[in-house]
Amino acid sequence: MEWLHLSPDEWNAVRLSIKVSTWATVVALPFGIAIAYALARREFWGKSLVNGIVHLPLILPPVVTGYLLLITFGRRGPVGSLLDQYFGIVFSFRWTGAALACGVMAFPLMVRAIRLSIEAVDKKLEAAAGTLGANPLWVFATITLPLIFPGIIAGMVLSFAKAMGEFGATITFVSNIPGETQTLPSAIYTFTQVPGGDLGALRLTLVSIVIAMVALIASEVLARRISRRLDIE
Amino acid sequence: MSLSVRIRHRQGAFLLDAAFESSGRLTALFGPSGSGKTSLINMVGGLVRPENGRIEAGGRLLVDTDARIFVPKHRRRIGYVFQDARLFPHMTVAQNLGYGRFFTPAAERYADFSGVVDLLGIGHLLSRKPASLSGGEKQRVAIGRALIASPKLILMDEPLASLDDARKAEIMPYIERLRDETKIPIVYVSHSVGEVARLATDVVVLSAGKVVASGPAAGILARFDLLPEEQRAEAGAMVDLTVAGQEEEFGLTVLRSASGEWRLPRIDAPVGAKIRVRVRARDVMLSLERPAGISALNVLPGKIAAISADAGSEALVSLDCGGDRLAARVTRRSVETLGLAVGVQVFAVVKAVTFDRGTIGNLQHDLKG
Repeated sequence: MEWLHLSPDEWNAVRLSIKVSTWATVVALPFGIAIAYALARREFWGKSLVNGIVHLPLILPPVVTGYLLLITFGRRGPVGSLLDQYFGIVFSFRWTGAALACGVMAFPLMVRAIRLSIEAVDKKLEAAAGTLGANPLWVFATITLPLIFPGIIAGMVLSFAKAMGEFGATITFVSNIPGETQTLPSAIYTFTQVPGGDLGALRLTLVSIVIAMVALIASEVLARRISRRLDIE
Repeated sequence: MSLSVRIRHRQGAFLLDAAFESSGRLTALFGPSGSGKTSLINMVGGLVRPENGRIEAGGRLLVDTDARIFVPKHRRRIGYVFQDARLFPHMTVAQNLGYGRFFTPAAERYADFSGVVDLLGIGHLLSRKPASLSGGEKQRVAIGRALIASPKLILMDEPLASLDDARKAEIMPYIERLRDETKIPIVYVSHSVGEVARLATDVVVLSAGKVVASGPAAGILARFDLLPEEQRAEAGAMVDLTVAGQEEEFGLTVLRSASGEWRLPRIDAPVGAKIRVRVRARDVMLSLERPAGISALNVLPGKIAAISADAGSEALVSLDCGGDRLAARVTRRSVETLGLAVGVQVFAVVKAVTFDRGTIGNLQHDLKG
């Protein structure tokens, strides 16, 4: 079973992928909940535009999204140069850029899952909480949020899985630098491009499958535990 | 506390154009479905914003579209009991009950948690989740949840409509206790004459978005024309009686009022207790002489105060029995053959067995005024 042992570079790719996906999911979560709530419960000017922009990465070729990120968040891009100048945050050719690319690509999936669960919450319960004296923020925190917990978990798992598999936008935006931006898919791609790389590609493929399965099972267990606690039906 | 409402609101083709005032302990908004009752209390509760109008409760202005005033629902301190209890599924009964209390300023918390729990008989449910409660239990918890928030007014939107008769009979006494033992005024939406007759002190009758009559319950419910056709059988007069004693061997209760002595199926109440009964007009028979040798237990002398005949075969005869008003539904034929007319002396005959749970209620609220 010697062939199953991962080389340090391969370990780096695994660790980096988990780090990038975790950050992408966690940082995107509050934005995801806020936008999902706005789309599900509020009427505002430009709602369909916001909806369109959120879903764009789902429809556009990933390379296009990556390129848009590059010209916007790159060192010379309008947003990237500002962030660099005032906050010292650099995205281009860094793991942070990979996280940004993964987050953007996974965002529509997260928003969809959370939005569906918010739409499933009975508005009448929120109105009832209002008549008991809760202002809209409290209503959200004490009624809506606990009831959409399973939806949030689902959204996070989907987002994490999508981030783990993100390739096109990442490689376009931050390239494929071992140890910095070379995530699992990029590493697998690199292996397939060199002679004799089949075994490495296979090893990393197995790792990908294991991580995906673990994430899926963990979310199942969590969701079941939560819905038992909620005890809705 | 007084409630004053004036609304003009268009909803598609439906125009709600209603105004009423009430300072009753339990004001019923009564009318067929689609008459605008629920829209009206949703506006009082702040769930719907009226296009035009003014709502004032207990001297506090809640809505005035001219002055651009609209107090949001969470600042109104108005409790709302919905038809579908709307308990929070992720909280226990105790957490549901305590929810509103958390948002009530400490100085304004007059409701006592354990007192309300006792009043509604829900102490054994506190650790349960709403999903495991029966419909009647859910509704009692919903009433408790509204109460414990220490509201200044409670709105109830057909709280019994989704329950079967046994459950209705289970909840009804609790609403009576709420009306009689707490000082919170209640606005109660219903389309059932039985509920309104038993619970209401005041009635506002709505039809197609307009108020067609309003006033004390006894006066409104004796009026035939205000009731929907299918419920006219329930129409009748309200009589306030005082318990005079029990006839244990027959399972009867003897009561007195200005009209005379009454015998009703046994009522569990001490001597001196006030009981309000609804005497259905269709259950009252008229006789020109004091009938003898009949099984009916209640024979009350009176004078005819008014007769109104409808286009069909029937007439409604209003009686004045020593100050109590009764109504009798008879055929026009009988009116003619007996020579019934205003001022004629008659005897009203009412069988004791025509009274049931739907027509006997308690009446403590009149004791307190």
